[in-house]
Amino acid sequence: MQALYAQLLVGLINGSFYALLSLGLAVIFGMLNIINFAHGALYMMGAFVAYFLLNLGGINYWWALIIAPVVVGIFGMILERTMLQWLTGLDHLYGLLLTFGIALIVQGVFQNYFGSSGLPYSIPDQLKGGVNLGFMFLPVYRGWVVIFSLVVCLATWFLIEKTQLGAYLRAATENPTLVRAFGINVPRMITLTYGLGVGLAALAGVLSAPINQVRPLMGADLIIVVFAVVVIGGMGSIMGSIITGFALGVIEGLTKYFYPEASNTVVFVLMVVVLLVKPTGLTGRAA
Amino acid sequence: MSALTDDTLPVTPRAMRDEMIVFAVMAVLLAVVPFTGIYPFFVMQALCFALLACAFNLLIGYGGLLSFGHAMFLGTAGYVSAHALKVWGLTPELGIVVGTAAAALLGLVTGYISIKRQGIYFSMITLALSQLLYFLYLQAPFTHGEDGIQGIPQGHLFGIFDLSKPLVLYYVVLVGFLGGFLLIYRTINSPFGEVLKSIRENEPRAISLGYKTDQYKMLAYVLSGTLAGFAGSLKVFVAQNASLTDVHWSMSGEIVLMTLVGGLGTIFGPVVGAFVIIAMQQYLAGFGQWVTVIQGVIFVACVLLFRRGLVGELAHLLRRSL
Repeated sequence: MQALYAQLLVGLINGSFYALLSLGLAVIFGMLNIINFAHGALYMMGAFVAYFLLNLGGINYWWALIIAPVVVGIFGMILERTMLQWLTGLDHLYGLLLTFGIALIVQGVFQNYFGSSGLPYSIPDQLKGGVNLGFMFLPVYRGWVVIFSLVVCLATWFLIEKTQLGAYLRAATENPTLVRAFGINVPRMITLTYGLGVGLAALAGVLSAPINQVRPLMGADLIIVVFAVVVIGGMGSIMGSIITGFALGVIEGLTKYFYPEASNTVVFVLMVVVLLVKPTGLTGRAA
Repeated sequence: MSALTDDTLPVTPRAMRDEMIVFAVMAVLLAVVPFTGIYPFFVMQALCFALLACAFNLLIGYGGLLSFGHAMFLGTAGYVSAHALKVWGLTPELGIVVGTAAAALLGLVTGYISIKRQGIYFSMITLALSQLLYFLYLQAPFTHGEDGIQGIPQGHLFGIFDLSKPLVLYYVVLVGFLGGFLLIYRTINSPFGEVLKSIRENEPRAISLGYKTDQYKMLAYVLSGTLAGFAGSLKVFVAQNASLTDVHWSMSGEIVLMTLVGGLGTIFGPVVGAFVIIAMQQYLAGFGQWVTVIQGVIFVACVLLFRRGLVGELAHLLRRSL
């Protein structure tokens, strides 16, 4: 049973990353109509920023949680201003191709300087050790990642679904021209949205740094799993992305316990099953 | 929403004549390669990728479907052909048939799963499916995991042509490439190809005209996958191995890149693109990971600056369809 709970926890952690990343993809897709293939590379950049902060500047994990998403978010906004904005009105496929190219550049540069092996990033002192819950031993850091991710996801949901700013955002997703006519600066909102989505990816990168080590290709395979998550859950609803992300993480964790050989593929197999049963994905909206 | 190619010209007798002239020039140029001192293995490899890119282009350029998992056809056909030749001891022609058939079957299965979803979702699904296959091949015993299948016997095609002789192999690969190319060319200019283009331009309208667009897209997808598999089977004789790199997502990305550089929806673009990218990899091999960076830069430059690609820009300048 200990092993089962441990794998469930790993599943919840992976689920946190799926949720944070697919949430960002959904937010970006809503505003920019682009599937951000660079999301995995920007997740990796978040982890590297945390690594640089600690090793070059002596700035600790807690500051990295704030600084890394901001730095990567600004980088993302520069990308949006200099490149992505020129794709408005073109076929969606060009967005995918452009961001794939950006991902290759970013990952290639980091691989060139840091190779393919992992760099260690230690768990902050305050989160070291573990708690005995009676039925299992819970490493504090892992519990923290799950709870913190959940809070960030729900905060993002609240921001988009319940605030004035979120209302503008949703309105601009539906009809940008009309929203502009009301005097709202839609291009700036698009830039900020991309920054927000990318910042979420970077935050996930910082969270994963102490668990998975910091590697140039840490996001390359992850992004493909997240695409499958997005196909399963659809990009129509924010809450849908969060729930699908966590649920798939847990299912993956259970697979690791019951049938480890399939743990790499279970999300893809589930995607196939969902597509066969309900071709439009779980949350409906046909694309 | 603007279409992928904004200046599709109607097929006229003159355009057909132009294209046949270019095809003849290409065939002659490729036929004299062994006598020019150019390294034949480089050209053979490029020809396999050129056919692969042409097959991919049939889907995106004429059907508007961006498959981000076309490496799965290349890799699957490669593994099956390699296994058939080495373990079952089949003759080369049967090895090619078995590998290509495996790709066709894969096309049927993955097409059934993915074809109902459009646009960006189709791309993500094909990418995820190819990643699923990647992990299956990583774990399956017959692929020998990280090592791949090596030392594949080349044998005698039809019992006559000794494929271990580079010159013979070169012409066999060339004939295979030209045959595949003509099949694609014929498909594009057939009534089926016209319906496909209409689906790319405006699917709802094609549906309202009574076409069962899913069936057309499915057929295009299977045909594209089968031809990509054929290229993968040919490649086994050139490289004499089948490995995981051929199924990896980065290979799918390279196929997209070749077609994009040459020109999406152009007839000769994918061939030019394949030669450019393979040559680039050859010359820049010493630069390690910078090759990936350069590929990324080319992607960005193509999307932002010249979406028509090399051949597409040329055709636009000359006001011809190429």
